[in-house]
Amino acid sequence: MSLLAAARVTETTVTFQRAGVIVFAVVVFLVVFELVRRRALMERYALLWLGAAVVLVVLAVWRGLLTSVSGDLHIYTPVNALFAAGFVFTVALLLHFSMVISRLSEQNKVLAQRLALLDQRVGTLEQGPELANGDDPVEAGTRAVGKR
Amino acid sequence: MNRYLAIVPAHNEVGAIAATIGEIHAAAPQFDVLVIDDGSTDDTAAAALAAGARVVSLPFNVGIGAAVQCGYLYAQAHGHEVAVQVDGDGQHDPRDIPRLLAVLSAESDTHLVTGSRFLHADGQAGEPRAGHRSTAYRRLGIVVFARVVSALTRQRVTDPTSGYRMTDRIGIELFARDYPSDYPEVEAIVLAHTYALHTREVGVRMRPRSSGRSKISASVSVYYLIKVLLAVFVSALRTHPQGEPGALSEGAP
Repeated sequence: MSLLAAARVTETTVTFQRAGVIVFAVVVFLVVFELVRRRALMERYALLWLGAAVVLVVLAVWRGLLTSVSGDLHIYTPVNALFAAGFVFTVALLLHFSMVISRLSEQNKVLAQRLALLDQRVGTLEQGPELANGDDPVEAGTRAVGKR
Repeated sequence: MNRYLAIVPAHNEVGAIAATIGEIHAAAPQFDVLVIDDGSTDDTAAAALAAGARVVSLPFNVGIGAAVQCGYLYAQAHGHEVAVQVDGDGQHDPRDIPRLLAVLSAESDTHLVTGSRFLHADGQAGEPRAGHRSTAYRRLGIVVFARVVSALTRQRVTDPTSGYRMTDRIGIELFARDYPSDYPEVEAIVLAHTYALHTREVGVRMRPRSSGRSKISASVSVYYLIKVLLAVFVSALRTHPQGEPGALSEGAP
């Protein structure tokens, strides 16, 4: 009798947790949509977060999926499989962002250099062609364009 | 329009820049002087222009590596045959420029000449010549870098952190295309070596900075050491063309 009551309590708790996860995923969905609508988030990154929210909903609705997957992986406590997956996802995401930042920094550097060189060039040309470093602007411009 | 270019990177060096430019004009009149103003917040650019230099002003501070590379891009676009880096803070004595140029011109297989403060006139390595002082941390780092770079390039390099460099057209083309970012001097030597550019050192006397302050403090030295060692080893592991000097066209990063 007491065993049955305990089972019923556990059942209620699980239902409550599933509802919580679904609500959380829906909130993520709405926030991501709103950010895209305000052009604060690019679609390609939005897809990533929408995908994560979908995975959460699937795990919450499809009872036994997490248990069977973690069983296949020989992980005996299903929640540990969830934590492991979340950890790997987070690390992969951070590595990806580090790569994006590295690329943006490089592009930023090239832009700053080009801007500075063009700025100097415009300055000399405005002073008159005879002062433009004795260089043929058309020829030098062609070289600069073909450089990279 | 001269065939030679002096690249002077400067960040907030309003107190020293005019004197440096004047010294270069006096000691090496065949050199055009190009000041790379790396996002200075003082009047460095105006002072340099008034002193008769050409000035390229970066829109914000991009760091010494990108600033110097900007100078090489200028030299590449304007057809200069020789470029020398001279710090805007007065550490490098422009009177050494003709000596660097003499070595670069005399040896046809030498493409990069570094002014070394640890090399004496007789070619023997030793203590820095009078006029230069640095902290124990920096000295230790320089010794480690000298060992590593000497081993990687299979030749004796006494001062791999010296930014007093002169290179020919082939080096200009290389550095315009690819130049390290944060603390570039050590990596640049290894980079030149991986492209089969022969390098040489010439003993110079370096002076105390006449204004500004060094960017490398004791606590940053450890980061500097580790970061540059990582970059140097990664650079050595990259596949660079190992053909003729200046064979940059295909397969370069």
